[in-house]
Amino acid sequence: MKILVCLSNVPDTTTKAKFNNDNTAFDTAGVQWIINPWDELALTRAIQLKQNAANSIENITVITVGGKEAEPTIRKALAIGADDAVRIDTEAKDAYFVAAQIAEYVKNNPYDIIFAGIESSDYNGSAVGGMLAEFLDIPSVSAVSSVDFENGEVKITRDIDGGKELVTTKLPLVAIVQKGIAKEPMIAAMRGIMMARKKPLNVVQPIDVDALTEFVEFELPQPKPPCKMVEPENVKELIDMLQNEAKVL
Amino acid sequence: MSVLVFTENWEGKFKKLSFELVSYASKVAEMLNTQTVALSIGDVQEDELKKLSNYGADKIVVVNNDQLNVLDNQAYASVIAQVSEKEEAKVVVIAYNNMGKALAPRLSVKLKAGLASAVTKLPTSVEPFTVYKKVFSGKAFAKVVLKSDVKILTLAQNSFELIENAKEASIEQFDAQIGEIKTKVKDVQKQTGQLLLTDAEIVVSGGRGMKSPDNWAPIEELAGLLNGATACSRPVSDEGWRPQEEHTGQTGKIIAPNLYIAVGISGAIQHLAGVSGSKCIVAINNDKDAPIFEAADYGIVGDAHKVLPELIKAIKEL
Repeated sequence: MKILVCLSNVPDTTTKAKFNNDNTAFDTAGVQWIINPWDELALTRAIQLKQNAANSIENITVITVGGKEAEPTIRKALAIGADDAVRIDTEAKDAYFVAAQIAEYVKNNPYDIIFAGIESSDYNGSAVGGMLAEFLDIPSVSAVSSVDFENGEVKITRDIDGGKELVTTKLPLVAIVQKGIAKEPMIAAMRGIMMARKKPLNVVQPIDVDALTEFVEFELPQPKPPCKMVEPENVKELIDMLQNEAKVL
Repeated sequence: MSVLVFTENWEGKFKKLSFELVSYASKVAEMLNTQTVALSIGDVQEDELKKLSNYGADKIVVVNNDQLNVLDNQAYASVIAQVSEKEEAKVVVIAYNNMGKALAPRLSVKLKAGLASAVTKLPTSVEPFTVYKKVFSGKAFAKVVLKSDVKILTLAQNSFELIENAKEASIEQFDAQIGEIKTKVKDVQKQTGQLLLTDAEIVVSGGRGMKSPDNWAPIEELAGLLNGATACSRPVSDEGWRPQEEHTGQTGKIIAPNLYIAVGISGAIQHLAGVSGSKCIVAINNDKDAPIFEAADYGIVGDAHKVLPELIKAIKEL
């Protein structure tokens, strides 16, 4: 069995949003780049599944769409424990464009389970996983908080409103994962970092696809009025303001 | 031509979210000079369906087929695509919730329709078709142009008001083609009788400042008195003080209640990303320099163990 984990290279989640060129582009100056947090949890779960020999997982590949600047993030994924990596060498234009690129690769290099994070922490599209499944015409399960195998069947827990469902599907499938899929992201050990330098990182040429959407301008939220402070002994004043000023009680 | 809105139901009933979506879709339809068609999948009684017309639906299309009792993303996306083509939809509106996130991307590929997720306002222009969406987990907004003929918008929760606009809507059954259902449900665990965190209008949330899981009674009591739900910050769920389902923040639940009361939560940027859509934030924290006060509308600097009982007492007296 082979697992593919889709990676997005995103600014560290503590990064302040700044824009340049008349607010048409994200200002990358001084930004630390990381593996998108949900993708990192997905990778962690893939490695845990592979560590259990009964699952007979022979290979974990990570894939990303991006320029050479994404390579430190890819190497980090290899250091954590992916076996090889693919970088589709083009700027990620939109989710449709990215999913089409990955789908093309997967059509020629099939995988049994494809993991995608529920969203990327930068553009919050929540789209690549589902789009990829549709391009490949295979099942997708979203809001996934656990993936396991039992008697040769994949067992997936997904969130539904007000609870959880345990489901199974035919393989191949795209599992779109969220919090819970792994408890903590795995951290690369020194040995992993050394080995990562030698693991294959294949650079693949993109196909010609039109993006369907375009980010034309960014805006920071309006600065909010300062917090109104209430003395701890005056909780009645707070309740009065919540009722009559904010009108939320 | 039309604007199609997918209205999810919960055991045969619509929620406020469904009506927000229809209100939004009918405003978009007005901008495009066209009609609003609501799609309902599943078994919903006629008087419940008619409620959709109170918010501007001109027509209600119903697909009711036992095969759709399981949420199979592929089958559901295919049904929405069939109705969208039949109704010549130019815009499809879906909720930015679990189901919407599962279906909208598949639909986008099926219809070759550009998708804008977590849209917060009406389109700023229809030519070119431009919308506002959240980016960087609410730290910024972006204007996105959708260049395709058909467009899909998922609407961020609690970002659009209900607008009553009663119409005489027709109800039409549609016999959709349903392919093989590849998802099988083995087991369901539902929390019954409990208000869902993502639905709650009021949320009371505790952080590490609560000091111990044994100190949660006042948080629960306050939430109960306000008909709200309880939530927590990430360290609290990581420590196992509270269930994972309560973790609110960038990597946990993203919520947008009317009132969010943060108790003993310092307000890390990742936590704020999960609650910044709230209409009103109240912070109670003993550290006057905690970043939560920069995000809050109202604040009390004080010991939660003293402030909460006072607050509970005052609310009981209302």
